[in-house]
Parts: sequence; C-alpha cells; structure tokens
Amino acid sequence: MPTTTISGREVSVDDEGFMTEYDQWDETRAAALAAAIEIEMTDEHWRVIHFLRDDFKVQGETPTIRRITNTGGFDTKQMFVLFPKKPAKKMAYIAGLPKPHGCV
Amino acid sequence: MTMASEVIETQETIIPALERHEESGRKLAIICSKGNLDMAYPGLILGNAALGEGVEVHMFFTFWGFEMITKGRMEHLKFVPMGNPATHIPQALMPMPGMTAMATKMMKKSIADLDVPEVPEFLDLITASGGHLWACQMSADMNHVTIDDLYDGVEGIINAGAFIELTEGAQVIFI
Repeated sequence: MPTTTISGREVSVDDEGFMTEYDQWDETRAAALAAAIEIEMTDEHWRVIHFLRDDFKVQGETPTIRRITNTGGFDTKQMFVLFPKKPAKKMAYIAGLPKPHGCV
Repeated sequence: MTMASEVIETQETIIPALERHEESGRKLAIICSKGNLDMAYPGLILGNAALGEGVEVHMFFTFWGFEMITKGRMEHLKFVPMGNPATHIPQALMPMPGMTAMATKMMKKSIADLDVPEVPEFLDLITASGGHLWACQMSADMNHVTIDDLYDGVEGIINAGAFIELTEGAQVIFI
C-alpha cells in the first residue's frame, strides 16, 4: 500500500491517492486534499464532508449521491456545484474515504 | 537506510485525476426505446453513472421508451417474464393470470432493496445531475402526446435529425 505526505504527515493511500485509514484524517489534511483537486472549502463543503464521515462510520461504506441527498438532506444540484463534474469521487477523496461502490 | 527514507520523503503526492480542469469533453447519447421495467433501468443507471463521472449525457426516448417519461405511466412499468428464459420460470406457467404482476412486484422489490429509485425519482436524480432528456417527435405524433403529457424534466420533443445534431461526437448506447 503506498503512502503519501499530506500537509507534513505521512498517510496511507490507495493507488489512486484515496486515503485508506479512517483515523489518519483530520480537517487540515482534508483541506490539503481539497486544494490538490482545486476545491476551495466553504462551510457548506464541510457540512457535506462531515456527513460522509459520520455516515461511513455507521454504515461502513461511502454514501452515494442519492444517499447524501435522501438521508443527509443535501441538494443533488448543489453537490455538482460544490464538487464539479465528479461529485461522489471528489467528496470521498476529501473525506478520506474510499470511492463509493454502489451503482446509483 | 537514509536512502529509503529519502525515497518516501521525496515521493510525489498521488492525486487522482479529479481536477475541475480535467475535462475530457466526453459525451454520451442514450436511446431508450423500450417500455418494460427491466429495460428502463440500463439506460437510467448508465446515464446516472456517466453524469457522476462528469460526462455530458443526452437521453432520447423513442417508441416504447415513451412509457418511461409519460406521466401516469412512468410509475407503472411492468416486467413481463413471458418468453424470457433468463427468469428460470417454467414457460408453461407464463400464461397464468397474474404472472406479470407477480414478476413485476418481485423485480420492484429487488430494485428497492438495493436502494435504487423507481423510474420517476431516477429521472429526478438524472435531471438534477445535469442530464438532458429528449422525447422523439415521431413517437409523440403517433401517440398524440404533447410536452404537457410528459415528465416535467423533458426539455423538448425533437426529431431524430435534431437529436443526431445535438449529440455530435457522442458515444451512443441504444437500448
């Protein structure tokens, strides 16, 4: 498993760069990940990211966009605004979670 | 020893190709020509998946595919097991009354169990994700249907030529 240095600390990542250890994540690291994919974090971004983290902790898997909107109460259109083009993957990346594996 | 640690320290940060500017210009045209429940899902799932990957998606509903976007019908698509050996239901049982209703109910349950939405909600998801829905002019004329009879997210009733023009350079999936 490769490791990479994010904001001065070594973390485990998969081949694509998604973090693999839930507990190695914190907001400083998340902000660095977001910057790496050209996303400037706002309060709204953080609310989504924290929902992903909390939901993963309970469900054991990264929520899909549908779950984020249905269960988290976020708006689908807004997800594409906050995390353009590839929202599900971008959110998972910043949240330090694996890519969602559900089809929908 | 020092060399190994230097290797790690100088290792380049791995960043997935998710940048905003990483635009491929990829475009997908999905032609939905079937009105069965089981044939509605492939297009919806692929279209939605493509949108999540930043692909521009245009869905064209034609012939029986109109069932998927017609108000009052789109909620009631059926799965007909008759003549489909993949169901593993003995074909002799197929003509029994209630077979289609039972098979439809079972399929809907399997789909819901996977937390996959029904057709109208799926279309909501696709349009909210930026997908474009188009209805076929000839099918509309054949069925005496106007835009008011169709799902609100359908952007227009257009002819085949217009759809071809609009999807120039797109990859095509015909269902």
